[in-house]
Amino acid sequence: MRFMIEAKGISKVYQDGTEALREVCFEVPEGESCSIIGPSGCGKTSLLFIFSGILKPTSGKALIEGNEVVSPSRKVALILQDYGLFPWKTVYENVSLGLEFRGYGKKERQEIVLPLLDDLDLKDFANHYPKQLSGGMQQRVGFARALALNPEILVMDEPLSSLDALTRETLQNFLLSLWKHKGLTMLLVTHNIEEAVFLGREIIVLSPRPGRVVKIVKNHNVGEVNYRNTEDFFDKCREVRQSIEDGAT
Amino acid sequence: MPRSEAEHRRWSYLIAGLLLIVLWQAMSFLLNSIALPTPLTVFYAVISGLKDDLLSHLLVSAARVGYGIALALSLAVPLGLISYKKGADKIITPFIYLLYPIPHIVLLPLIILLFGIGDLSKVILIAIIVFFQILVTTRDAARNISTNYIYSLLSLGATEKDVYEHVVFPACLPKILTALRISIGTAIAVLFFVESFATRKGLGFLIMDSWSRMDYPDLYAAIVAMALLGFCLYVMLERVEREVCAWVYV
Repeated sequence: MRFMIEAKGISKVYQDGTEALREVCFEVPEGESCSIIGPSGCGKTSLLFIFSGILKPTSGKALIEGNEVVSPSRKVALILQDYGLFPWKTVYENVSLGLEFRGYGKKERQEIVLPLLDDLDLKDFANHYPKQLSGGMQQRVGFARALALNPEILVMDEPLSSLDALTRETLQNFLLSLWKHKGLTMLLVTHNIEEAVFLGREIIVLSPRPGRVVKIVKNHNVGEVNYRNTEDFFDKCREVRQSIEDGAT
Repeated sequence: MPRSEAEHRRWSYLIAGLLLIVLWQAMSFLLNSIALPTPLTVFYAVISGLKDDLLSHLLVSAARVGYGIALALSLAVPLGLISYKKGADKIITPFIYLLYPIPHIVLLPLIILLFGIGDLSKVILIAIIVFFQILVTTRDAARNISTNYIYSLLSLGATEKDVYEHVVFPACLPKILTALRISIGTAIAVLFFVESFATRKGLGFLIMDSWSRMDYPDLYAAIVAMALLGFCLYVMLERVEREVCAWVYV
């Protein structure tokens, strides 16, 4: 099996002495999805920043397709919860920015961005600013910006945490279909147990800071919208909740 | 902005202006002194002044203020923006703390010594004072940029230059323009000060000169011209702000 993402004993100690992560190890095969869950401040975000090439681990290695991550990779798109979008740029400008950095011309950018906005029901809002949109729409713009780069890996930091329950479920379904149809590898950080179970083929439970892997829960039945209503889903949620509690003690 | 709102704004300006003129008229009637002529007298003085040399004084003053602000802006903005980096901020902050509270206007003798008594020293004194107002505001804005914006941009493959262009500058721009608008009042006050001696040009000179001649209509004509200068700069900047920071107003 080919691993798309590998964490090999990643530790992170910040300059002020805060130990965020300790010896974190896991693998995600190509095209699989993996949720990371744990209490606040357990270094989840640091872990994502390391895989995005923005932060360097103190020791250990973050590998993507077997290569160590040293700078932001073209294969990876990062989605953040609140502040991902630039309020001073319109929806269109936000989505096309990454393409601009990668040297795409104006016309090429249009050919990629406009259909994408159409797909995500954002076409009529191309010239709006983020604050003119609802939370759910803003997050869709965030997804559009990531997808515009045609990534192989989606790395997400609590992307749905500031949304209301209904919008949240709609976008969870959207992510699920994205994963199934685009063959993306997904790494999702969340503090919501149901979300972790609904979207992750594997669920990595981290301990409170410094974050260590407490347990990796296998979750084979993931992949259908209906999964939410099955007995197995609730069992997994219980298992994950128990692991979080075990990790905290 | 909808048309009706713009119209509403225009009307409210007009009404406020008229009210102030009525108040002025009442004051001059009550005081009954040549030291406060009526609005109409001053209006005639402005008209006859424009035929004479009021306009040339106004232009000289406008140029001094304009160059002063431009000089301050071109130095303060880059210096403020790099403060988004903690390292740079640590170096810049002590200088700001030590230099900002000094009333810079007292540096006038030194500036005249260094740059002579011509226009240059006037422009530089205006620039120094406005420089600190803009620098302090820009720096505060730059320091408070959420690191999430920066991370978000870097993850898209941005370079250091892109970070300034797409995050640091646009994030600080509304604050910079607000600081600039506040600075206009200061700049014009300093203008009056530097023009009140060692020059025979500018509105400040005109005010001091007509005062010493006890020519009150001319004195108020010059004051009105100075007020108009400030008002025009203010309105212009507000226009610019609405244009380049459209995202703030949506």
